[in-house]
Amino acid sequence: MGREINNTMASQNQQASTTSYTVEQLISVNPYNPDILPDLENYVNEQVSSETYSLNANLCLLRLYQFEPERMSTQIVARILIKALMAMPAPDFSLCLFLIPERVQMEEQFKTLIVLSHYLETARFRQFWDEATKNRHILEAIPGFEQAIQVYAVHLLSLTYQKIPRSVLAEAINIEGPSLEKFVQDHVDNSGWTIEKNLSKGQLIIFPQNEFNHPELKKSSVDGVSLEHITRILPIIG
Amino acid sequence: MATTTSYDTEHPSSGDPGYDPNYVPDSVKSFVVHMYRHIREKNVYEIHQMYETSFQSISDRLFKDAPWPSVDAVASYVDNDHVFCLLYREMWFRHLYARLSPTLKQRIDSWDNYCSLFQVVLHGVVNMQLPNQWLWDMVDEFVYQFQSFCQYRAKMKSKTEQEIALLRQFDQAWNVYGVLNYLQALVEKSTIIQILEQEKKGLEQFTSTDGYDYNGGSNVLKVLGYFSTIGLLRVHCLLGDYHTGLKCLLPIDISQLGVYTSVIGSHIAIIYHHGFANLMLRRYVEAIREFNKILLYIFKTKQYHQKSPQFEQILKKNEQMYALLAISLSLCPQVKLIEETVNSQLREKYGEKMSRMQRFDDEAFALYDELFSYACPKFITPSAPSYEEPLVNYNQDAYRLQLKLFLHEVKQQQLLSGVRTFLKVYSTISLGKLATYMEVDEPTLRTILMSYKHKTCVVGDDGKISSNADLDFYIDDDMVHVMEPKPAKRYGDYLMRQIIKLEGVMNDVDRIKLE
Repeated sequence: MGREINNTMASQNQQASTTSYTVEQLISVNPYNPDILPDLENYVNEQVSSETYSLNANLCLLRLYQFEPERMSTQIVARILIKALMAMPAPDFSLCLFLIPERVQMEEQFKTLIVLSHYLETARFRQFWDEATKNRHILEAIPGFEQAIQVYAVHLLSLTYQKIPRSVLAEAINIEGPSLEKFVQDHVDNSGWTIEKNLSKGQLIIFPQNEFNHPELKKSSVDGVSLEHITRILPIIG
Repeated sequence: MATTTSYDTEHPSSGDPGYDPNYVPDSVKSFVVHMYRHIREKNVYEIHQMYETSFQSISDRLFKDAPWPSVDAVASYVDNDHVFCLLYREMWFRHLYARLSPTLKQRIDSWDNYCSLFQVVLHGVVNMQLPNQWLWDMVDEFVYQFQSFCQYRAKMKSKTEQEIALLRQFDQAWNVYGVLNYLQALVEKSTIIQILEQEKKGLEQFTSTDGYDYNGGSNVLKVLGYFSTIGLLRVHCLLGDYHTGLKCLLPIDISQLGVYTSVIGSHIAIIYHHGFANLMLRRYVEAIREFNKILLYIFKTKQYHQKSPQFEQILKKNEQMYALLAISLSLCPQVKLIEETVNSQLREKYGEKMSRMQRFDDEAFALYDELFSYACPKFITPSAPSYEEPLVNYNQDAYRLQLKLFLHEVKQQQLLSGVRTFLKVYSTISLGKLATYMEVDEPTLRTILMSYKHKTCVVGDDGKISSNADLDFYIDDDMVHVMEPKPAKRYGDYLMRQIIKLEGVMNDVDRIKLE
């Protein structure tokens, strides 16, 4: 298909020998190349098993699928989408959806993933965990999924709250009982959480202060002047 | 690759039996002779005049709805110079696309011409200096013809057998791999990324000479490479890959003047696509800031472009960006980010629609649909069509997908405007009370408030989170505390500008010699 043109391009572009270059180098040197499709697919599987993630590589693959729809593997696409969910709060999931044809998105497993994304975008954690449990078979195959969503949940809670009742935390991260105790203790030890015991409300979790949950720390970024601009007027003010 | 052999393609589309490709009026003969001489003498100013003005006026006078004479007819006046002929054909096809409707064969031949032209440039044998306007137009037109071809190809229903056979035979023409790889090749071979990097350290001169080479060399490859980064941004937006599009644009610092500002078309193209990509990435504040700047710039300078052939395009993009600005501000109300002039224009064009859009009811969604559809790029399906029966038209598929996903995002933000109404009025309010006023239960309210935080806190490219919201809050157990809105005055910026201004005044005073 595009091979002829690519061979012509080879004399202008640096020709990447696919064996010795890593995938990241591949996509920065010669991304519009149908030959790297199998490497990119393998890379997705590698990301899944080694719990790493590369948005650029996955977008590159989705683009190649767009150029040659007969080569699309829905299984790989599903894996890319689940990895994108795990990258929240980054909008990676939407970025991937923009590149996936509508008729593919109508398939059952993608409809489910879109519903899951919708729950996470609207912070409906209880509904999310319910739906995730029902679809355990799709999600289990991706190690680290639960933990990634829990990280996102905690992130969102700490943007919004200074203090929350334990039950709210429990629902957001879908952990109860002794596991919850351990989770909280871990964060007390490592993430600056503190606990307040309240007679009527039970245990309250207190998040560390940041610019989003604390008025005094709010950065007035509107008024900031970048260093680059200051350097331009330094000669003037001497 | 076809050079000058495909004569039969240079017949006009049916409807003009009077066209004789071999007839060369005197004005055309004079035009090519002079243009050829100016190019050989590297007289950029004259080339620009002929390119911008003479070509247009001759076209208006003699070729209103006919193509220019074929390249073979004029070749003898210009020593059959291979490169000049490629340049002539580039203008020839551009004129055809603008005034007439190209046939499939003509589309294919135009592709061949671009391939030949870019090959010559990439081999580094070109020794010309061409005006930036022309070099920009080449890249711009290249991407435009690609977009046009994809739209054309996707309308399979009305294709004749002959057209289908041609499409199958010439499947390389306007192939998406080819288009992207040519743009990429121009970027790489020109080493423009390294040049721009070096320039920041003061080790290279590029922007200061507007890309021109005053050492006897050629500006063509460098500037084509530069504009190709914008070309790549455009193509990626057409494909729906906003993230990569923005990445391709990174070498150009759009907070500064640059070669891109030397040609108004490229300036607008960058900001339009950059802004649109940021809109789809939910970086509304970023988008608003960029649109504000360019809309103000267009307002101040459009009078100077009234006679130029790009004027219509400038006006169209202006209107589209107002629509995008209206969308961005409805999703992210932050009036303090736009200039008064822009604001009053915006109110005039979209004031009423914006207040309806912020209600987030069914009527509002219809308005978001309308504005998005009016202002969005002409998305494409890059893959080759299926030639199986029944033949379908799928040219709307890409656009429908982007629209659907955009409206989905708008729907998710539906409840946020309700939150804002209450945040404006209260400094503290209990979750219970707020839940009652918003007519939801407390757990639902918690999700709505967290969703507000999620949607207004955007993740930058560096992973850093920043808040888009002009109204913010935090929750202490069961009390919502509204945080003061950010200060309106940008003192730092204002002081900077006054310092520079004062310095300018003092310099002027110094220069005055007293009698």
